[in-house]
Amino acid sequence: MSSETNDSTATVLRDNAEVAEVLGRQYSAGFITQIETTGLPPGLNEETIRQLSAIKHEPEWMTEWRLSAYRHWLTMEEPKWAHLKLEPQDYQKISYYSAPKKKPKSLDEVDPAILDTYDKLGVPLHERAALAGVAVDAVFDSVSVVTTFRKQLADAGVLFCSMSSAIRDYPELVQKYLGSVVPPGDNFYAALNSAVFSDGSFVFIPKGVRCPMELSTYFRINAQNTGQFERTLIVAEAGSHVSYLEGCTAPKRDENQLHAAVVELVALEKAEIKYSTVQNWYPGDENGKGGVYNIVTKRGECRGDDSKITWTQVETGSAITWKYPSVILRGDRSVGEFHSVAVTHHYQQADTGTKMVHIGKDTKSKIISKGISAGKSNNSYRGLVEVKKSAAGARNYTSCDSLLIGKKCGAHTFPYMEVKNPTAVVEHEATTSKISDDQMFYCRSRGIREEDAVSMIVDGFCKQVFRELPMEFAVEAKKLMEVSLQGAIG
Amino acid sequence: MLKIENLHARVAGKEILKGLTLAVNAGEVHAIMGPNGAGKSTLGNVLAGRPGYEVTAGSVEFNGVNILELPPEERAAAGVFLALQYPVEIPGVNNTYFLRTALNAQRKARGENELDSMAFLKTVREKLKIMQISDDLLKRAVNEGFSGGEKKRNEIFQMALLEPKLAILDETDSGLDIDALKQVSQGVNALRSPERSFLVITHYQRLLDYITPDFVHVLADGKIVESGDRTLALKLEEHGYAWVKEHEAGVVGEPA
Repeated sequence: MSSETNDSTATVLRDNAEVAEVLGRQYSAGFITQIETTGLPPGLNEETIRQLSAIKHEPEWMTEWRLSAYRHWLTMEEPKWAHLKLEPQDYQKISYYSAPKKKPKSLDEVDPAILDTYDKLGVPLHERAALAGVAVDAVFDSVSVVTTFRKQLADAGVLFCSMSSAIRDYPELVQKYLGSVVPPGDNFYAALNSAVFSDGSFVFIPKGVRCPMELSTYFRINAQNTGQFERTLIVAEAGSHVSYLEGCTAPKRDENQLHAAVVELVALEKAEIKYSTVQNWYPGDENGKGGVYNIVTKRGECRGDDSKITWTQVETGSAITWKYPSVILRGDRSVGEFHSVAVTHHYQQADTGTKMVHIGKDTKSKIISKGISAGKSNNSYRGLVEVKKSAAGARNYTSCDSLLIGKKCGAHTFPYMEVKNPTAVVEHEATTSKISDDQMFYCRSRGIREEDAVSMIVDGFCKQVFRELPMEFAVEAKKLMEVSLQGAIG
Repeated sequence: MLKIENLHARVAGKEILKGLTLAVNAGEVHAIMGPNGAGKSTLGNVLAGRPGYEVTAGSVEFNGVNILELPPEERAAAGVFLALQYPVEIPGVNNTYFLRTALNAQRKARGENELDSMAFLKTVREKLKIMQISDDLLKRAVNEGFSGGEKKRNEIFQMALLEPKLAILDETDSGLDIDALKQVSQGVNALRSPERSFLVITHYQRLLDYITPDFVHVLADGKIVESGDRTLALKLEEHGYAWVKEHEAGVVGEPA
């Protein structure tokens, strides 16, 4: 099922660059931080991987794990099935490691330029200034520069640190779970990530513990010609509970930058993981120049009975988004949810959605996807609901809504269903709408300006998803949407 | 307060208003009646500034300002309110939030303080009482899933809250049963004041049993062809619009 807009679908948009200019609200995270960095020169071979592993003081098994992923990657090809215009990448031109030169041992030793960067982004790292009840892992280019509230969390038994530290400090946990949800050879980008991943977060919530605060990771790409290969692993033991949020920004650069991430979640019996993303990578300029390629494999496994994994994402940035946070519903009565808002403007392209794989009995999944397209952008929902033979009583509800602003954008829906158990109930609803002239006039005749009317209508459209975000971030998400859609109606 | 002179307007290239002249003083209630296609709704939309309604000649002065040059939101801030014939649904947008945004946008445009949530809710409560509306309406999304009557009542409620100087009711009575009609009329009557004028656009004289106009005008073929007091509406009821057309053409005289 695919629907494209044509001249008749939206008549609201009038090109008026002046209004957009006057309003002038722009991508505010586009600044560059001047610091000394150390890193590897561009290029990729077995030697690069050995060097990367050596810089990170990794044990032998980790180096071997990376090399075997690399050898597998060499046999693979970039996938072509997404509804995206993506030129083949030259993987020899990317630098696979970049890090600030000074290695801080504690927060006091972190380069002030970096602290300042996170302050400007609204994520202060000093614990006294930090958001109440939110612990942050700050990843700058290829390394985690600091993780706040580590001690308080450790007192509760929660492990929250960078993936690099986890490999050194908790090797048995990492070995047990790394690659257990997304195997190194899962897909082209996952294999590349497994070979060269730099940093990301590691979270372990022991049995029966309710994590006392929100955990979050803030990813920042700063260095030029550097790829960021985030690797995050979250394990929630039986009966535990955790809510995790990630945010992402990058400077404005004319070249495209690659962010190829792998995120794995494991929920054991009766455990619950809520994973929220507010993605605001640099989207490129209004002519489609520059921007981050956000290519991500995110997957969670409800390994235990009665476990639950919820993905919530607000995707406003990136030139290209290729991302399908999925849930493997292995445990009986386990629940998977996916709530998504994806906004594209100018020349942005998004191909995003989810996979819900029902294996256990009486498993339930819910998919709520809201796509908003403006400018000349393309926005696709791609989702798979798979019910295995074993999944008696499985239920899925999917709702995909697209909102079009303007005449030149595209919205597409690609829902796939594979149902092998006759007792399963799978529902799918899809709508495509536009902001109508009537809605705009109605708001304006009540005194509301055009830009505010658009924000309000879009916000209403996304309400169902924003409700799922932690409070502070829901406000942030709403603001981001307003900035993203600046000048969509002139 | 409102001075319309020789107004000509087109919609989709077709001339609808063909030299309409009308003056409304503060505190007056004017009823605009006329057959289908006469230009009644066009008049309301032109005054509110709806895109697509092109004024080709004439002027509209509102409190000394040429409002034809203002975008709809500025006309609203200046005190013009149009109760729509077909109120629009805005899914997911809470009715209270919508009203507060609208009221504060207008206040801001006029250089007044914006109301905080507490002050706003207090105002809302007062207006709800006047309008005899349950606050259930406020918790829902703007017009979403509202019945026809609820939508019209919501329009009048918005009017009560925004306190316009000129309220234009575009066939607010259409599609209402007698109870809803009474309720809407009570709301309008409660808002009548020496500072506030009304243009009540209607096809039927029935509404005027509840909202007593000071003047009645008959609009036909884009012009006002007959003006009078309330009795004019009763004559129309009796003789139908065909009479106006004939009357205008000079075929028949004033019926006895």
